[in-house]
Amino acid sequence: MDEKILSKFFDRDDGHKLEVYEDHGGYDAARKAAEMSREEIVNEVKASNLRGRGGAGFPAGVKWSFIPQETEEDKYLVVNADEGEPGTFKDRQIMQRDPHQLIEGCIITAMALDLRYCYIYIRGELKFTEDIIQDAIEECYDKGYLGEDIFGTDQDLDIYTHISAGAYICGEETGMIEGLEGKPGKPRIKPPFPAIVGVFDAPTLVNNVESIACVPPVINRGAEWFANLGVEKNGGPKLYGLSGPIKNPGVYEAPSGITVRELLESPEYGGGMKEGKELKAYIPGGSSCAVLTPDELDREMSFEAMREVGSNLGTGCVTFVDQDTCMVRLAARLAHFYHHESCGQCTPCRDGTGWSAKVLDAIEAGRGRHEDLDLLEDMTGQIEHSTICALGPSLTFVVHSYLDKFPEEFEAHIEQGECPFPSWSLDDTKPAAAE
Amino acid sequence: MALQFSTEAEDQFQTIVSRYPNNLAALLPVLMLAQEEFGWISVEVMDYIAERLDVSKSQVFSTATFYTMLNKQPVGKCHIQVCTTFSCALAGGYEMLEYLEEALGIQAGETDPEHNFTISEVECLASCGTAPMFQLTTSDGEIEYFEDLDPDRVDEILEDLNDRLDELPDPRDMH
Repeated sequence: MDEKILSKFFDRDDGHKLEVYEDHGGYDAARKAAEMSREEIVNEVKASNLRGRGGAGFPAGVKWSFIPQETEEDKYLVVNADEGEPGTFKDRQIMQRDPHQLIEGCIITAMALDLRYCYIYIRGELKFTEDIIQDAIEECYDKGYLGEDIFGTDQDLDIYTHISAGAYICGEETGMIEGLEGKPGKPRIKPPFPAIVGVFDAPTLVNNVESIACVPPVINRGAEWFANLGVEKNGGPKLYGLSGPIKNPGVYEAPSGITVRELLESPEYGGGMKEGKELKAYIPGGSSCAVLTPDELDREMSFEAMREVGSNLGTGCVTFVDQDTCMVRLAARLAHFYHHESCGQCTPCRDGTGWSAKVLDAIEAGRGRHEDLDLLEDMTGQIEHSTICALGPSLTFVVHSYLDKFPEEFEAHIEQGECPFPSWSLDDTKPAAAE
Repeated sequence: MALQFSTEAEDQFQTIVSRYPNNLAALLPVLMLAQEEFGWISVEVMDYIAERLDVSKSQVFSTATFYTMLNKQPVGKCHIQVCTTFSCALAGGYEMLEYLEEALGIQAGETDPEHNFTISEVECLASCGTAPMFQLTTSDGEIEYFEDLDPDRVDEILEDLNDRLDELPDPRDMH
């Protein structure tokens, strides 16, 4: 993509400063929004086809319209900056390099929905981004962009950073609300949805960092322009984080709907697999998405295209897997992740993820039985639809898709009584499967 | 001796509390501040925070024990948190963890007898494009990411840290 919309400051070290942001038209969108009615702003975001960029892909404008208009109580915006989905590392770039685009997005969102307070919920590990965002917030207060009657409207808005302390589950919006209230991040039963009963029992909009950062360009240049940068139902440019054994891992801006092949192979993006590495699989949008194989490389990076093959666009951060990687071990590693991060309140998740990890470990160690494959499928199948949130079911997608796409690898472990792949250890002596 | 925030930490405490409509909501950032100030989150620290925020001790205990960054045992002056999840596993995260374990003579989850270093294996740190990597938390409250690591770079970092050990407080002595 020639013009960068979301990543224009990613290769500069001063893009976080207000002066630089304003030199590039910063806060023009907020001025424009100040002249628009609330309804006009919401309709613009709806028409832009902006989809939630945190993984679920819910249409942003529709989510906004759930916030009640006529209410006396203060309403809240919570920005999900708890980026932690394995394989995902895009929001951090906005927080570090372009905090003003995030803040301007918060301002416009607040104007649209009459949101009085905003908390940016930052994962504890990314504490170093808090200082950058906090400095940007202070620059805005000094300019009168935050506080009372912002941009000549009767809207008041205060933005605060909130630092968390290490819990993947706080990325789930109701887990996040619990964390923001000072409690363990155990997701809430819905309904009521946060739009009605959110943080401090008030109507609350929770949106991902990248989603909010898309709002200023939508308002500045119009919904139609934004929608046309993407494909049907998936508007705008998108940040893609590419990782795994590829030549150029990193975060790239490209149109919504670009093919995975272009992201992987184009010298502008991933640059292809590393020398000597052959692509075996890819996971399109963070570890919770079902795994896909190279015959799906020409698939579009859109929510619809990925759902057609039983996966998900998720966060749009693609992890590429090479031929030397053991899929059983990768599934086992992810089972440990979900078990570790389970908040523990739903038994199928708390116990199911743990038992899945044990069975997968046994297979990986060469102690698996043929009946374990059915057991795994059945056990992880019981997690889906029986938990409050989507954490446990994520492991269902992982295990079911790895079993479905790579049954021969599971069988080989059981038949050979050992893992046929090189280990992840320094003193590896096992031959690669390809040899 | 009864615990008390230093003047500087007290200012930060007041700023944090002023951001929320009730005191309980300030708990996570206040616990992070308390860890910087007192080295680790002992029951004594939890009780002090409960008193300062006027929330129940059981509420503080419940929250403090849920979040993994809050150390309920003292760690070393340098806490090295190695990511081995997913993309890091694919890019040599385990090899680097092993290299560190050999270099420091301790395993993940352990602290050396002098309490200089602790190694932890942690889950995804949102640094997947620059794997392998680790997060370093030092007892002066700094959190830093070290990315695109290889053995030479790890050696350099450890050397720098060894030079700084004298100026870093021992978390065991911070309260």
